Amino acid sequence: MDENLRREIILDNYQEPMNRGLISDDSYLKVNTSSESCIDNLDFMMKIEEGIVKDIRFDGEACAISTSATSIMIRSLIGKKVEDVKEILSNYQKMINEEEYNKEILEELNVYDTICKQPNRKNCALLPSVAVSKMLGELGK
Amino acid sequence: MNREDFPMLESGVIYFDNGATTLKPKSVVDAMNKYYLEHTSNIHRGDYDAAIKTNELYDNVRNIVGEFINCDPTTCIFTSGTTMSLNMVVFGYMKKHLKKGDEVLLNKAEHASNVLPWIKLSEEIGIIVKYVPLDDDYELTFDNIVKSVTEKTKVISLAHISNVVGDVRDIKSIGEFCHKNNILFNVDGAQSIPHIKMDFKNSNIDFLSFSGHKMCGPTGVGVLVGKRELLEEMEAIIFGGGMNSYFEEDNSYELKTVPTKFEAGTTAIAEVIGLGATIKYLMGIGMDKIHEYEILLKNYFLDAVKDIPNLIIYNKNSDSGIVALNVDGVFAQDTSVYLNHYKIAVRAGNHCAKMLKDEIKIKNTVRVSMYFYNNYEDIDKLVEALRNSKDIFKVVL
Repeated sequence: MDENLRREIILDNYQEPMNRGLISDDSYLKVNTSSESCIDNLDFMMKIEEGIVKDIRFDGEACAISTSATSIMIRSLIGKKVEDVKEILSNYQKMINEEEYNKEILEELNVYDTICKQPNRKNCALLPSVAVSKMLGELGK
Repeated sequence: MNREDFPMLESGVIYFDNGATTLKPKSVVDAMNKYYLEHTSNIHRGDYDAAIKTNELYDNVRNIVGEFINCDPTTCIFTSGTTMSLNMVVFGYMKKHLKKGDEVLLNKAEHASNVLPWIKLSEEIGIIVKYVPLDDDYELTFDNIVKSVTEKTKVISLAHISNVVGDVRDIKSIGEFCHKNNILFNVDGAQSIPHIKMDFKNSNIDFLSFSGHKMCGPTGVGVLVGKRELLEEMEAIIFGGGMNSYFEEDNSYELKTVPTKFEAGTTAIAEVIGLGATIKYLMGIGMDKIHEYEILLKNYFLDAVKDIPNLIIYNKNSDSGIVALNVDGVFAQDTSVYLNHYKIAVRAGNHCAKMLKDEIKIKNTVRVSMYFYNNYEDIDKLVEALRNSKDIFKVVL
């Protein structure tokens, strides 16, 4: 990927992230997640209806990587079936952790395919996937 | 100054994370290596040459500490660091001597290690933890402390120098006040002992804690010093070998005396020897000289960044080499990643002072913390990077 394009996508999503700001609605799943290795701290909420992700929102303080990754992930996941979301999350986590993954289904999330060059930022990029996974884990309970 | 003593500086790193830990001079590492390579042995139990030598070196570090901060060497307890020392004070002394309803005065700029033990003690025995308000510069003033004291106040516990704002608290006045009003005075010296001169005997401090690694010494070793009569009353919170005189089948036992009864198990022998070496090294430079030089560096920095419009500095007036800042509109961690691109090491975060956000209205800052081996060129490079911070995302992303 062209480095300027990559930077532009990340910066746009950092400066004007999608769905920033929480709402008061008890039908949403909620989670707070903060990375162990850095200082990002975001609250997430997600609405699932009939097996489909209808909405994800977030708020809090985080770095450019965490915030932009959250924004891009929200855009990628809304409207998808829960099984497909799990597939995306699994492949995204594999990409960040430098394992074999399916590039096709990650779409714009591929902008983070070089983040492994900065090991201290891997957890920043993983933050939204950890949050959504946690909320999905709450589903069956 | 003394840059040639620090091998890590040869890598070209510009190290401004001294509030977290400091670089080590070769002489300190050599002192520890000598123990490991030439006279490894345990303390207090051996009759052979290596053990006798180790024993002498280890025990002499108490004398070195005594000379360094003007305290009775026999009241110097080796711990694993400031956190352990503070926990020993809270759970070894305060738990026994405070009662439900007694008030302990802290403030919201304190490090976790001088807050959480007190919160835990309040859970256990019902003491009340109160916070002295900070002034407009986020500093802790003597007047605000006095105003917060009630007849229930039994302890004032504070950092001599706070680790984010870097204000130097007036411990002499606070100590005198505590002494006159029968209040125990507990001081966290983690950020002060490495940087300014301390006179324990003449400060009315009851307990003083500090760490080796923040003063060019090894990790894993620290000191707790206390007034003898208080240490005699303090209970050990760790039990084991080396600290007991006897124990029997009928559950009877007797512990050794101060300071040995607080040093259970095999202590960090190499690290204690390293601590002695670093204290001698610092005394060789002179603590007054170190403090003066750090203030010169800080003022040089503040002067150089005056015309950088998007730079927010939270503690211009504090009297130490700590600067808390943010580039306006940039998350602290992004700034520290950006600075790392120029080999400049700083720290981003809340710096373990998680309640300071209530006062400063921002959760995270970039902390630039200086030490005597920083020089004006280091500052110039930092200033240049901050001046060019409009390119921050080109570098970070």
